[in-house]
Amino acid sequence: MITTAVSDLAHGFSVIIYDPNAWGYLSINLLWCFIGVLIGNMVGVLPGMGPLATISILLPLTFGMKPVGAIVMLGAVMYGAQYGGAICSILLNLPCHPPHAVTCLDGFPMTKQGRGGVALGVTVMASFVGASWGITEMVFLSPVLVRIALQFGPAEICSLMLLGLLAGSTLARGSPLKGVAMTVLGLMIGIVGSDIETGAERFTFGLTELDDGVELIALALGLFGVAEFMNSVNQQAEINTKYSNVRLRDMRPTKEDLKRSFFPMWRGTIVGSLCSLIPGTGPTIASFVAYATEKKISRTPELFGTGMIEGVVCPEASTHSSVQGDFIPTMSLGIPGDAVMALLLGALMIQGIVPGPQLISQHPDVFWGLVASFWIGNIMLVLLNVPLIGIWVKLLTIPYKYLYSSAMFFVCIGVYAANNDMFQVGEVLVIGILGYVLLRLGFHPAPILLGFVLGPRFEENFRRAMLISRGDILVFIERPISAVFIALCALLIGGQIYFRLKPKKKGAMPGADSVEQPLAAE
Amino acid sequence: MSSSNEPARSHGFAYGLSLNLLRKRDFYAGGLMILFGLVMALHGPSYSLGTLMHMGPGFLPTALGVILVCLGIAIAMTAVAVPPGEDEDILPAQPQWLAWACILTSPLLFIVFGTYGGLAPATFACVFVASLGDQKAGWMASIVLSTIITVFGVLLFHFVLQIPMPVLKFFEWSIL
Repeated sequence: MITTAVSDLAHGFSVIIYDPNAWGYLSINLLWCFIGVLIGNMVGVLPGMGPLATISILLPLTFGMKPVGAIVMLGAVMYGAQYGGAICSILLNLPCHPPHAVTCLDGFPMTKQGRGGVALGVTVMASFVGASWGITEMVFLSPVLVRIALQFGPAEICSLMLLGLLAGSTLARGSPLKGVAMTVLGLMIGIVGSDIETGAERFTFGLTELDDGVELIALALGLFGVAEFMNSVNQQAEINTKYSNVRLRDMRPTKEDLKRSFFPMWRGTIVGSLCSLIPGTGPTIASFVAYATEKKISRTPELFGTGMIEGVVCPEASTHSSVQGDFIPTMSLGIPGDAVMALLLGALMIQGIVPGPQLISQHPDVFWGLVASFWIGNIMLVLLNVPLIGIWVKLLTIPYKYLYSSAMFFVCIGVYAANNDMFQVGEVLVIGILGYVLLRLGFHPAPILLGFVLGPRFEENFRRAMLISRGDILVFIERPISAVFIALCALLIGGQIYFRLKPKKKGAMPGADSVEQPLAAE
Repeated sequence: MSSSNEPARSHGFAYGLSLNLLRKRDFYAGGLMILFGLVMALHGPSYSLGTLMHMGPGFLPTALGVILVCLGIAIAMTAVAVPPGEDEDILPAQPQWLAWACILTSPLLFIVFGTYGGLAPATFACVFVASLGDQKAGWMASIVLSTIITVFGVLLFHFVLQIPMPVLKFFEWSIL
């Protein structure tokens, strides 16, 4: 098993680094990976820009690229943004990226004590360790999962998707009921357009532009671009850069710091990788769980929140190991855990690659190339973050008014470039308004994307399962593997109802709802 | 959030409850979902439902519509459980009507100028109008920003990425 993993990984590295036809034998994929981490790190640092909007803007630009380069670059934006997000949290106390919200609690006090550089230094270290662990997990776990998943028939795929959708919508932020409603809405938006089997046009309202369905890029940019800008325009907190003067030599941790952060780093990594195995629990939940765990086993829990290095290292390591781990179900089963993964899966589908367990054997270049690019990308990020820290800190001071108005242009041109069609710019506008209304009504729109991407495949497999079973709906619980997934769904729903009805204990575990908490703390 | 205010209940339970309900955000959230669900569920059957074995194109939309109506009712019901005074703000504390209008006008102008004027005027109009939405925006700063983005955008999208949209055009006449 180890030998195959090593040879597969070597193949991946050769895809990313080596190209016999290129000048200097260096593959262009290396450049895409670098551009990806650079842009990712930049949007991670900038308060008010998220990886979701960035990936959707970049998506149309990847149409002309080879699939490997496209997915490598878009994936790099995702994990690059995690490195940048930590800078924003630690130096400015701005939890603008949910996975790093909890890092504010101890990161910003450290900055106030003049130890912000140290916090950033150990964060980079913890991030790299966490990410490496997540990648290793992907190398060994994905082939195992694939071997199981290749036995699946339509019924199993269907119930697995159901589990993924339910977990993605109920375990994320906010009310689970609203999350499920958003998933159903996403499935509905996925229905718009021609029916795959009969060609009947559904919910196009006579608009021929909608025959191919709603454009993924328009949906993503409407929900996470336009709606998000409407939500945060003129709502930006005053940026306080009083403490954020960090230079390279401030980043070196002392021996004492390293000793204190060693075990929390590994604990965070383990928590993160466990969380990434449960579909739907992304990096945000992983970081909160890691922080809570670290506080619980600490001998001095009362000191948390006053600038404990453990409170920075542990959640950061877990975020990164979970971000990399999230790629496992996405790439090996075709089931995305959150909206970003759904978007990456959409990018693969646009490139003509069908996601699912057959992906690794049919497109080994894409899968192993992606895995290898993670390592290269993470090394690039360490190199980018340590010596260039001064530049990232400068970026923090760019005012939001310049950001969102330039971003509006990239939204428009990006969605236009997807099909060279102005109709889609209008689509973004309509979806943006809808997205903002939903935000104001307390919905989190991320599950819409999940439902939208999985919807067509869900319908196809559901119909096929029904055809094979001759219209017997019980097939889902008669086949053992499918029954397990259905039982897990039932457990998930039952658990949610149980925890909702049970009176809450005060100060039990910080849930993902308390993301706003650090903002109020300062 | 403020604590619960008891006087709302003094008019009798049912009256107070319905009055509270109309102020609740979740009540409208549920209502919106019911509306979407109804559109799907009522329109779906017109695409032919088929049987469970041979499902027609209308089967899943109808089923999803019914599910969404149920979820909508459940969401609206949760509004009853929330004590008065909480979760009532649909609009943010300081509504930004001007900024919202600017952000929404920006893609509209991109469509209009992009169709009749080309990439450069579309970019300029789009960025300029969007940036006016910020309270701290000044005219000069907005013009400078829009110019920079226009130059950058034309270079990147027209010359590097070769998007088939003329830089400047006026009816039949166009540059580049």
